[in-house]
Amino acid sequence: MTRHASDLIGDDLGLTGAHVGREHGLCDCCTMPTGKEAMTRHAITLTVNGSSYTREVDARKLLSDFIRDDLGLTGTHVGCEHGLCGCCTIFLNGVTVKSCLTLAVQADGAELKTIEGLAPDGKFHPIQEAFWENHGLQCGFCTPGMLMSAVHLLEKNPNPTEQEIRKAIGGNLCRCTGYVNIVKSIKSAAEKMAGKLELTNFSSSSDLPSS
Amino acid sequence: MPVINMRLAQPAVLVDINRISSLDFIKAENGSVAIGALTRHASVASSEVLKQSCPMLPYAAQFVADVQVRNRGTFGGSISNADPAAQFPALVYTLGGEITARDSKGSRRIPAAEFFIAALTTALKPSEMVTEVRVPSLQGKIWSFRVVAPRAGDTVLAGVAVACELDTDGNCRWARIGMFGVGPTPLRASMAEEKLLGNRLEEKLIGEIAERAAAETQAGSDVYASASYRRELIRWLVAWNLRQIQGNPQEKKR
Repeated sequence: MTRHASDLIGDDLGLTGAHVGREHGLCDCCTMPTGKEAMTRHAITLTVNGSSYTREVDARKLLSDFIRDDLGLTGTHVGCEHGLCGCCTIFLNGVTVKSCLTLAVQADGAELKTIEGLAPDGKFHPIQEAFWENHGLQCGFCTPGMLMSAVHLLEKNPNPTEQEIRKAIGGNLCRCTGYVNIVKSIKSAAEKMAGKLELTNFSSSSDLPSS
Repeated sequence: MPVINMRLAQPAVLVDINRISSLDFIKAENGSVAIGALTRHASVASSEVLKQSCPMLPYAAQFVADVQVRNRGTFGGSISNADPAAQFPALVYTLGGEITARDSKGSRRIPAAEFFIAALTTALKPSEMVTEVRVPSLQGKIWSFRVVAPRAGDTVLAGVAVACELDTDGNCRWARIGMFGVGPTPLRASMAEEKLLGNRLEEKLIGEIAERAAAETQAGSDVYASASYRRELIRWLVAWNLRQIQGNPQEKKR
């Protein structure tokens, strides 16, 4: 039976300062310097929801953690931390990505949009309104990512079918709603926004080359 | 990135190639298509060049993961990762593609048949990276593709890609049957292909080919499916794809 160093330190040596969190390497509560890592730090400048930020970050820092911890934009949620749940979905240079699968240093010079950018003046975006009206959320944990995916879909396809909506949110897990009301919300948002897409304009900054 | 997030890989140095925009291209040339390593899955899915010359790739791209991953994931990344259940390595292997690898000393072309060595293991040297992948054009050929996954975009339990060329009598004169998710690398059902060559597709033959293909898998059991279930899926998928080709010989002919 293999023993983890974290357990050895905590249980056998009684040094309980090293905390044990999820015990599969994602939380870093048990991190300690071994003297081998040569962590590099980088200064990055990026635009988030129209504001420019310059920060110095560890090379290893995930973009999702950077957005929450360094920029204080906690609307972007962190669920699985390995690209399955979609809670951390943001716009990077005009397209949706999972920010936990991107390093902060990779976003140097990029333009980001997060859930906070959807209602910049505190007034709900029509998609947010639609989620509210149709009970498109229960606990709300997945909602920021769901909304980002919904915006991305409606920008490309203003009048999606139910099947297209379901495909578009395939990368976002919801454990409460069973998706029925989320699909209904997005459908309702599409009807609300017919012909008024300038309200979002999230992907206008796209500078990704297309093939 | 998930492998790094899980601490399964702990690289000392990471080089971000996202800014090398010259690696993002899809070009048709001399009967094949060249796809740059940095080409996103979303670009593969929507590429008019590919829809013309190798439509099985954009068709298969819609089954790769989800929108966000397709916006960010790259063709070169998928090929280098060599996941035995992944769509793109399987198609490049099945169609007899070629991978260009480059390091500071120069570049070389590796046939797909020699590239995928084992699960997540390729013929790349530690100093090399994939810069381009070439896939032969499917023009004039008929193809069909289908995967079975527990959920849309999830890890594929079994997938099959079939491409063939029929002569004027309807006899098959060129055939490829690729299988994935059922071995340490993508596989070709070469005994099943042999059975198809020179023959007309009819129900009895389809059943025999599907049986042969299922016997050629190297399926393993895991938490998602048993080896025997995966073999059964392959038998069903090969037959389904062949019936598609039999039923619509014109529809997918390009």
